[in-house]
Amino acid sequence: MRLKGIVKKEFIHIKRDPLSLAMAFLLPAILLFIYGYAVTFDVENIETVVCDRDKSSLSRELIEGFSKSGYFTIISYTESYNDVDGYIDRGDAKAGIIIPDDFSKTIRKGGLPSVEIIIDGSNSNIATIALGYVSAIEERYTRRLYPLSKEGPLIQVKTRIWYNREMRSRNFIIPGLIAVIMAVIVALLTSLTVSKEWDRGSMEQLLSTPVKPSELVLGKLIPYFIIGFADTVFAVLMSTFLFGVPLKGDPVLLFLLSSIFLFGGLSFGILISIVAKNQTIASQIAMLTTFLPAFLLSGFIFSISNMPKILQIFTLAIPARYFVTILKGIFLKGVTIEDLLWETALLSLYGLIVFFLAVKKLKKWIG
Amino acid sequence: MVDEYAVEIKGLTKKFGDFTAVDRIDLKVRRGEIFGFLGPNGAGKSTTIKMLCGLIMPSSGSGTVGGFDIWTEPEEIKMNIGYMSQRFSLYEELTVMENIDFFSGIYNVPRNKKKQRKAWVLNMAQIEEKKDHPVKTLAGGLKQRLALGCAILHEPPIIFLDEPTSGVDPLSRRNFWRLIEEMAGEGKTVFVTTHYMDEADNCHRLVLIHRGKIIAEGTPSELRSSYMKFDIAELLVDQPFVAMDILRDAGLEASLHGETVHVSLESYESCQDEIGRILKNAGLTIKGIEKVPPSLEDVFVTLVEGRE
Ligand SMILES: Nc1ncnc2c1ncn2[C@@H]1O[C@H](COP(=O)(O)OP(=O)(O)OP(=O)(O)O)[C@@H](O)[C@H]1O
Ligand SMILES: [Mg+2]
Repeated sequence: MRLKGIVKKEFIHIKRDPLSLAMAFLLPAILLFIYGYAVTFDVENIETVVCDRDKSSLSRELIEGFSKSGYFTIISYTESYNDVDGYIDRGDAKAGIIIPDDFSKTIRKGGLPSVEIIIDGSNSNIATIALGYVSAIEERYTRRLYPLSKEGPLIQVKTRIWYNREMRSRNFIIPGLIAVIMAVIVALLTSLTVSKEWDRGSMEQLLSTPVKPSELVLGKLIPYFIIGFADTVFAVLMSTFLFGVPLKGDPVLLFLLSSIFLFGGLSFGILISIVAKNQTIASQIAMLTTFLPAFLLSGFIFSISNMPKILQIFTLAIPARYFVTILKGIFLKGVTIEDLLWETALLSLYGLIVFFLAVKKLKKWIG
Repeated sequence: MVDEYAVEIKGLTKKFGDFTAVDRIDLKVRRGEIFGFLGPNGAGKSTTIKMLCGLIMPSSGSGTVGGFDIWTEPEEIKMNIGYMSQRFSLYEELTVMENIDFFSGIYNVPRNKKKQRKAWVLNMAQIEEKKDHPVKTLAGGLKQRLALGCAILHEPPIIFLDEPTSGVDPLSRRNFWRLIEEMAGEGKTVFVTTHYMDEADNCHRLVLIHRGKIIAEGTPSELRSSYMKFDIAELLVDQPFVAMDILRDAGLEASLHGETVHVSLESYESCQDEIGRILKNAGLTIKGIEKVPPSLEDVFVTLVEGRE
């Protein structure tokens, strides 16, 4: 059988080539390891302006809680509410803390004073993380004043942290990171397979045989699919056991949807490989066309809803975008397939389109 | 099949941009023939073969291979041909056996025949004891035979060989040609390009192309007699190099052929004595001189130079 023959040959190639073997199995793990530790978005030294109208020991204690946390650096004290707005508008401060006149009085009366915290939302990630710190500090403050109390918060600050209650930015990052790494790796893996055949002249021999384009593409895809799948499983295991990111959702669903993503990514690599005809160019195209979009436009770092409209539309064509959503959703929120229908459908569509494009491009050569 | 010709092309043309690599070629190759396609570098030999094997599309013209149309039936053609490209195209890091396995899979060799065909290739390439060695460790001659074996695992009736013996030692070349003759003996058509003119003599029929155009065709002996207007004198001398230089200094066209010197003459009979005189004056003795038919090399050099 032709397909079996191609798959077998491709496996022998991989086995005999230590470099590609290393790239296939070690690179994703190494990248995840390095970036998993290095890229944290834990925000420190958020410039903060304070408007303390109470000026009591209680209010000072609260402010100290912020400044001692290390996350907030108080750059200025002011008397008026409007000043706080000004600081933030100008970008001089990213956060403002406003303590009302009756802060200590209300606490002593057993009431619930409301402290206003303003956070510059233009960087939604920083904002989210900062809000997390606020609530943690608030909690600590309450516990310090009333160590035995089981009652609710002492001060009323409306904060909400989404999906990441432990406030570890790593939990946020790792699932998206897996998506970005896999997007690059799979395209790289296959981007060399066809161009290698061009480079060494064996493509000409293949084209003179009755082999069908679809057999050739599929035959090259299958071995790398298996490798890509193993990489994904390994990355998920690393995330949960090494980085301690909790996997809230269904692992079966996660791997199923990953498979759809792998199919598209690998087909894309093959398409590049067919068009480029040269190994160096092919791998460079693969890097460029996957890494930058996956890193910048997938919602991994920058939230898509904050992007300009045109860019938002553009992100629809980036498969990593859906994979980031899928992985974040399953990891952090434990979402089910019903919540991911849109992503699943588009990823499948993308995979099929790219696969058929690759076959068609190859057909042009085979005649 | 009623078709007498294995390959038949009319007005076949290939353009790369403005450049015409193959220019309105007509040719017919009979079944069971060893057909030699000759020409200097860049003449368009490989381009023609690639069009016939369905690797590239012609710009215009028509043709059939094995009775199948090159425009509309490339799939059928590919089932019926074996092609060995000018560039070595087996997988170097795979072993001999792995390569044979791969191509027998690609060509869909039927299960019941597989074992026998694989054994046949090993035997034909005389490579049995090397079958688990990576191909990159083999000598050039063995590689070529293995490449041929892999290209004809499926027993195609028509075989295209693009400079199969380039860069191979003379003994291996001779062995390789014996294989080609064997295949022709079995009724297979062999379409072969070469630029070794001594090999051209092994072909049944020849076509010479130059800059994409056919400039001569016929059997080797037809070409010799009809295209060569000079007589060739073959000299046996002690110091052929010195003799060649002396004759060239005297304004004659002389070339080395093995141990002998060939001189082109307007007429052998009238110039024979003068050659003897020139060499004797230089202190050389002639051990023998005779009129020989021109070699194909003599013919092609004259033909191509006439076109430049
Ligand atoms: N893909 C291509 N694009 C542009 N020009 C090409 C292409 N392929 C071949 N040529 C040109 O066409 C001409 C004929 O090339 P071809 O390879 O057919 O020659 P050849 O007779 O096989 O020569 P050689 O003995 O060197 O193999 C050459 O001048 C070559 O540079
Ligand atoms: Mg050539």
